[in-house]
Amino acid sequence: MDIFIPRPLLIVGERMEAAHAEDVKKHVKVYITVFVSLLALTIITVTISYFNLSVVPAIIVALIIASIKGSLVASYFMHLISEKKMIYAALTLTVVFFLVLIFIPLLAMSDRIH
Amino acid sequence: MEIPYTIKARPDTGLINAKLGIWLFLASEVMLFGALFSSYILLRVGAVEWPHHVLDVPLATVNTAVLITSSITMVMSWASLMMKDFKRYKMYMGATILLGFVFLTIKYFEYSHHIEAGEIPSKSTFFAIYFTMTGLHMLHVIGGMIVNSYFWGPGSKMWKTEPERFTNRIEVAGLYWHFVDLVWIFLFPVLYLL
Repeated sequence: MDIFIPRPLLIVGERMEAAHAEDVKKHVKVYITVFVSLLALTIITVTISYFNLSVVPAIIVALIIASIKGSLVASYFMHLISEKKMIYAALTLTVVFFLVLIFIPLLAMSDRIH
Repeated sequence: MEIPYTIKARPDTGLINAKLGIWLFLASEVMLFGALFSSYILLRVGAVEWPHHVLDVPLATVNTAVLITSSITMVMSWASLMMKDFKRYKMYMGATILLGFVFLTIKYFEYSHHIEAGEIPSKSTFFAIYFTMTGLHMLHVIGGMIVNSYFWGPGSKMWKTEPERFTNRIEVAGLYWHFVDLVWIFLFPVLYLL
């Protein structure tokens, strides 16, 4: 079944689950846009690291940029923007456990405070 | 014995089995690297001082660009198969493997430099976590390159007999490769820039 796909911008949210060669051709443009964005964000994050920001803002900025880059790779290169429910369910569970794992050191810190 | 659901999606999951399989594997990989990132946080907040910009940032920036480029060549190799262009697939997959080699070569020079300077894991907590995380990531790059090389070489014969199944295989291999890129996207700022 052919689905009408709105033009660029709009590429955000476009279904990446390609079934036809024509769809794939459109996706190639998105891949190139994502690639250029990833390179640009890499340059930005490296440049900011030379600004000698204090530790907390430096960590926040670097992690925000890394998260944007990671989301671009996951959403477009890994087609997560239009995946099946089963994969979203598995990944939601993964994110929950990942967050628990990352926050374990904070528990250790609060232990030290008390 | 025929392997089920390699081309047609399984009705209850809506997915081919390999795709669900790789995502579950990647979920376990998230936990593996998550444990190391968690250890990094624990070590860092507990450290009296933490080195800043002691690693080769320009070289690592080049390596980041190399890995990002390999991600687009990987996705283009799959897109080429979707467009039934096998020659183009070979070119893009070949480029992905080559870029993997470039990444490893740059990493080799980085490691050699550190070892010569006595910056080995036993020198400090920083170098211990640096070698552990980048070493594990490097093993993942090597693993991906072995799989990609198989699909570039002998494994590509499947294109003639079962093109759809082969295309799905490349998509699954691509998901793994992009994950390796994604891990580096976080390793780079955490170890090199902060």
